Amino acid sequence: MAEPGLLRGYRIERVPSPPRGSVAIITVLSLLAALIFGGLVLALSGENPLTIYQAMLSGALGNWNGVAETLVKTTPLLLAGLGVAVAFRMQLWNIGAEGQLYFGAIFASWMALYLAPGAPGWLLVPLMIVAAMVGGGLWGLVPGILRAYFGASEIITSLMLNYVAILFSDYLIHGPWRDPQAFGFPGTPAFPDAAWLPRWGTTRVHLGLLFGLVAALLLWFLLRRTRWGYEIGVMGENPRAALYAGMPMARTIILVMALSGALAGLAGMSEVAGIGHQLQRNLSPGYGYAAIIVAWLARLHPIGAVLVAFLLAALTVGGDQLQMSLGLPAAIAPMLQGTILFFLLGGDILTRYRLVKRTPALAAVTRENEPA
Amino acid sequence: MSQPSAAPAIAMRGITKRFGNVVANDQVDFSAAWGEVHALVGENGAGKSTLMSILAGLYRPDDGYVEIDGQPVQFRSPRDAIAHGIGMVYQHFMLVDTFSVAENVVMGERTGGVSLQLPRVEQRLAELGETYGLEVDPRARIWQLSVGEQQRVEILRLLYLGARILVFDEPTAVLTPQEAHSLIRTLRGLAAQGFTVIFISHKLDEVLEVADQISILRRGRIVATMPAQGTDRRELARLMVGRDLAPIVEDPAHSPREATITGDTILSLRNVTAIGEKGVPALKQVSLEIQAGETLGVAGVAGNGQSELAEVVTGLRRTTAGAIHVAGRDVTNRPAGEIARAGVAHVPEDRLATGLIGSMDLSANAILREYGQPPLAQGPFLSSAAVANFTDSLIARHDVKAPGRWARLRTLSGGNQQKLLLGRELSGAPRLIVAVHPTRGVDIGATEAIHAALREQRARGAATLLISEDLDELLALSDRIAVMFDGAVMGIVPARGTDPEEIGLLMAGVAPEATAHG
Repeated sequence: MAEPGLLRGYRIERVPSPPRGSVAIITVLSLLAALIFGGLVLALSGENPLTIYQAMLSGALGNWNGVAETLVKTTPLLLAGLGVAVAFRMQLWNIGAEGQLYFGAIFASWMALYLAPGAPGWLLVPLMIVAAMVGGGLWGLVPGILRAYFGASEIITSLMLNYVAILFSDYLIHGPWRDPQAFGFPGTPAFPDAAWLPRWGTTRVHLGLLFGLVAALLLWFLLRRTRWGYEIGVMGENPRAALYAGMPMARTIILVMALSGALAGLAGMSEVAGIGHQLQRNLSPGYGYAAIIVAWLARLHPIGAVLVAFLLAALTVGGDQLQMSLGLPAAIAPMLQGTILFFLLGGDILTRYRLVKRTPALAAVTRENEPA
Repeated sequence: MSQPSAAPAIAMRGITKRFGNVVANDQVDFSAAWGEVHALVGENGAGKSTLMSILAGLYRPDDGYVEIDGQPVQFRSPRDAIAHGIGMVYQHFMLVDTFSVAENVVMGERTGGVSLQLPRVEQRLAELGETYGLEVDPRARIWQLSVGEQQRVEILRLLYLGARILVFDEPTAVLTPQEAHSLIRTLRGLAAQGFTVIFISHKLDEVLEVADQISILRRGRIVATMPAQGTDRRELARLMVGRDLAPIVEDPAHSPREATITGDTILSLRNVTAIGEKGVPALKQVSLEIQAGETLGVAGVAGNGQSELAEVVTGLRRTTAGAIHVAGRDVTNRPAGEIARAGVAHVPEDRLATGLIGSMDLSANAILREYGQPPLAQGPFLSSAAVANFTDSLIARHDVKAPGRWARLRTLSGGNQQKLLLGRELSGAPRLIVAVHPTRGVDIGATEAIHAALREQRARGAATLLISEDLDELLALSDRIAVMFDGAVMGIVPARGTDPEEIGLLMAGVAPEATAHG
């Protein structure tokens, strides 16, 4: 019962179901607090915070180009975020979305370059989708099986597999899959045209965004309206009740990890087929990790993930614009992004938990009186 | 230690305590004299624990005050209360298992600097133990002690710290009948020495045995205070609930027990052995049979294999030897879902930990057994309409008080949670019902409803394995009672005509042969 001095006389209590209104207010207040804090830092380093914020906002959302770029970044964040969310629903802490994304990209590239390079687009794109979901799914399956049958922590195994996947991708593009005409520049040859996802007008927004939106709707339906979704919910909320009801625990762990990986894999496919048109280095600037934030801030809700992915993408694009248009030091944008995220996550904790003033040792008696 | 004072030892005046909109104590006046055992009785949620937590310094009242010996006092913490001589023994002991008795006692002391001065403490504890009949080896580690001895440590600790007013929160709930008797003698002895003892309980026999004065709390108010002489269980029960109850114990002579038993064996266990949480055998060669229409009660002090028995029968724990058959079918080590589909209903020991999902809504909880069957399931999909119908009818049929099917389960009271769970489990007309502490932590009204439902099932021809720590409940509902001790069945006795004392001896591990000689 010993507590740090700061919390003396208070205890932290979980809010059973935060009212929607307070969530909105706290989110806005968190954003505001972040902007004020970031503004202080900017002012201290001799910049005008208002100019910078304005530049960020207009960079991300101020014109069609900015909005389009934000949507481009939304796509992988959304797909990988959905993958993370479905696993987290079952209390499976899959933090391997990054590796699963890479493996999806690898399998999609394999399909486009070596397995069916001559196929027409209406066939090749679906084949690449399937390949990417199989690749990402397999990469999620490994920690799933290790967890289901050997009790190995999926946090550790899925994280370690990220490095394996990224290094394997590096091996392919430096070795067997390297484009011989690229003058030693690492990367596979460009995909055949049929493998390119259609784009929206002159922007870089591509069909992958639609994959993300459809996946969000399907996932919502799956979790909400199917027996399997119900089982995932029960297993996540009370595994012992799931055992009591005779639900197939091990099988569901494996399948959910595979589904989680498959969605991240689809994010990888949409990046290579929609943006790069080849498998290259640094395919993802950490989408798989940002996906964890997306899932968490969305409270693991598929539709919420759409919104959060868009906001996070706007933050990234706004920051990038800053660097380009104002020529600010490279560290400013990540500092602001970090500040905003930090405050948002902090505010999120405030909506989930609250501080309650206590009379001393109240904890003991509430434990006693808790209904069995 | 006598207190020559006309003022009551303790007086609580006009105490009001609210939690949000709930008034837990409403203008309560309560007093107890020196040298008196004062029992505080009431249903769950009547406000007993809140009132005593105020006395022990855990809560501060919203209104009203406490007097000791006629002097108003204010407590900011339990330590303040102890300094004024008030100490509380909780149901769950606050002891560190790996520490010795003396080490546990000094934990509550703040004087004496860095040195623990254990020899001094040990000597003092030995003296106190001798004076008050609470002998415990001060150097023994807590884990080496029985539950009854651990409780003595709690009492000794309070005496050591100078408490003169001792509050006991349902102290006999964890004890064997023998240990309970010994405790009651100790409490009488303390009162005779001038201590004030406040005794919270809902076991009315015990209250009548130990108390000088009885106060009854109902819905946060004291409804009566009377001497124990001249009242009886029936009057107390009536005051507690505010109406007459169906007698808790059925009159055995009028009970149509054997009438329902048809002779078909529904559950049979042959030499079943299983390993418990701690890796040691929790069930040792358990054999028993239950017939259709029969209720087999299982008695025993907590932790003697009853929980594991329920778990192996329902598929939540693996057996290491032996065989389990349900209606002739071998279900040994089959998955829980398959056993449930074979017609086994399970009211588990800890409903929120096992049988329900507190964070999900009522419909998600209602469909836990049936979600895979039509009409709830339409292929891989769940039919929202069917789920809503199913839940609403369950709520209506079993009188579950809830704002609606969308309410989170955790927001319901314990009794309503249990009614929902029981209703769900009984809805499939089960052949076997495994009910573990079905009325623990639920109020008397819900208890009656649950008992009635179990009786109805028995009349319908269901076999019931009823595990309970409440002997009255077992005697009222069972045809036979199996007593467990240390993972084995010590004996199976008919519920009718068996002396509860005999069951108590079996619970303490005294085999029938030994009783005959001793």
